[in-house]
Amino acid sequence: MRVVEKRQLLSAEEISRTLSRLAHEIVEKSGGAHDLALIGVRRRGVPLSQRLAAAIKGFAKIDVPVGTLDITLYRDDLSTVGSQPVVQSTDIDFVVDDRDLVIVDDVLYTGRTVRAAMNGLFDLGRPKRVRLLVLIDRGHRELPIEATFIGKTIQTSDTEIIEVRLKEVDNEERVVLVDRVP
Amino acid sequence: MLQRLPHLLGIESLSREQIEFFLDQAKPFQEFQRHPLKKLATLRGKTVAIAFFEASTRTRISFTTAASRLGADTMALQAEASSLKKGESLMDTVRTLEAMKADAIVMRHASSGAPHFVAERLEIPVLNAGDGTHEHPTQALLDALTIRDRKGRLEGLNITILGDILHSRVARSNIHLLSKFSVQITLCGPSMWVPREVEGLAPKIRRALCMEEALEGADVVMTLRVQTERIHEPALAPDEYIGGYQLTPQRLRCAKPDALVMHPGPMIRGLEIDDAVADGPQSCVLEQVTNGLAVRMALLYHLVGGPPADAPHPAKD
Repeated sequence: MRVVEKRQLLSAEEISRTLSRLAHEIVEKSGGAHDLALIGVRRRGVPLSQRLAAAIKGFAKIDVPVGTLDITLYRDDLSTVGSQPVVQSTDIDFVVDDRDLVIVDDVLYTGRTVRAAMNGLFDLGRPKRVRLLVLIDRGHRELPIEATFIGKTIQTSDTEIIEVRLKEVDNEERVVLVDRVP
Repeated sequence: MLQRLPHLLGIESLSREQIEFFLDQAKPFQEFQRHPLKKLATLRGKTVAIAFFEASTRTRISFTTAASRLGADTMALQAEASSLKKGESLMDTVRTLEAMKADAIVMRHASSGAPHFVAERLEIPVLNAGDGTHEHPTQALLDALTIRDRKGRLEGLNITILGDILHSRVARSNIHLLSKFSVQITLCGPSMWVPREVEGLAPKIRRALCMEEALEGADVVMTLRVQTERIHEPALAPDEYIGGYQLTPQRLRCAKPDALVMHPGPMIRGLEIDDAVADGPQSCVLEQVTNGLAVRMALLYHLVGGPPADAPHPAKD
């Protein structure tokens, strides 16, 4: 099995414009954003959430708290994955009770990661509302989960993989569609 | 990424990298202890047998709680109230637990090497919760975690261990662990409990003749319990021990002003440690207890979570 790049879905500049639009949408749909907090899902949700918070600070002058969530302990596939995932820290240094939370992740696919993230968040308290923001929605849901804020929707086959590469993690900034070929 | 261990039997056979991996893996579980809802489903459907062939309170409760917070069920075996009393052999007992489909056995036994003997004969992971005078690996890991949190490192510290080194599995596991991090270890206690041979356990060990010498410049002071159950002849009168080796506020002043005071518990106040030290600002005894939960959760996740250790790896995306 070989992995080949099929096409680029977003350039660095497009990622930047998309995040800027999403930041405006969050504020617009949050009635002032005062109870708002962003929860970045490890790993690539974390830099995305930080960039969104910086953007909101830039145009709305609001400091939105940002937390980091590690979902490893909440995964439902631990007994089937190839190697045991390493648990990382969850850093949410504000109380989630009565907060208006937006979970931030790079790609929405089966919905299982989001299910795990919600379980993790509800172990920390009772948020007022939880919404989801993703950079890419690629379909193929296995759970009744949809995103409120979507950067770009893409039709994919289930052998294809979306790779979001962010400079903070990957030293590169673009989104590509790759495929597995025998 | 660390290769999964089949068992946790002792510190001596672990590498420094493996130890660091477990200390790092304990961090998210430390933070988890502060969550309002301390219940995960990570090990749901798994069963951890807690087989204690020797009395214990804190280690048994700590492992049971760690398993429960990860979502596993536990089977408890206590020697006093089991078929062992009726003469059942160790292997028959643990094979029975395995036949009841336990996914791991946490085991404490008065005989050194008992968990190693069991591990060679069972298919499931064995976690040593203390074997005779040999090792108590989770205690050494939680101690190292506590020290690293407070001091920011292990390397280059001066650590003094006081008391009955010879009979202490806590001391032995700690010595093995700390020596892998180039810690200068000083041992002090009555001479029959700190014989010359203990210097051969690891490099960078020295024996001190008196408390003042032992505590001079110490970053960490570990006191041990005087273990009457492991000593068959009364070797030393309590008054002599108190006079020579009790950790008192006055003696503690020989150590660095910010030296940590640690004790694996249970403490015998007024024997190996004075109340004022046990409850003083330098004491991190209760922090050790909380860190014990985090370390044990990390180890149970490592040994029991995920696919069976010998399962073929399915194709990954």
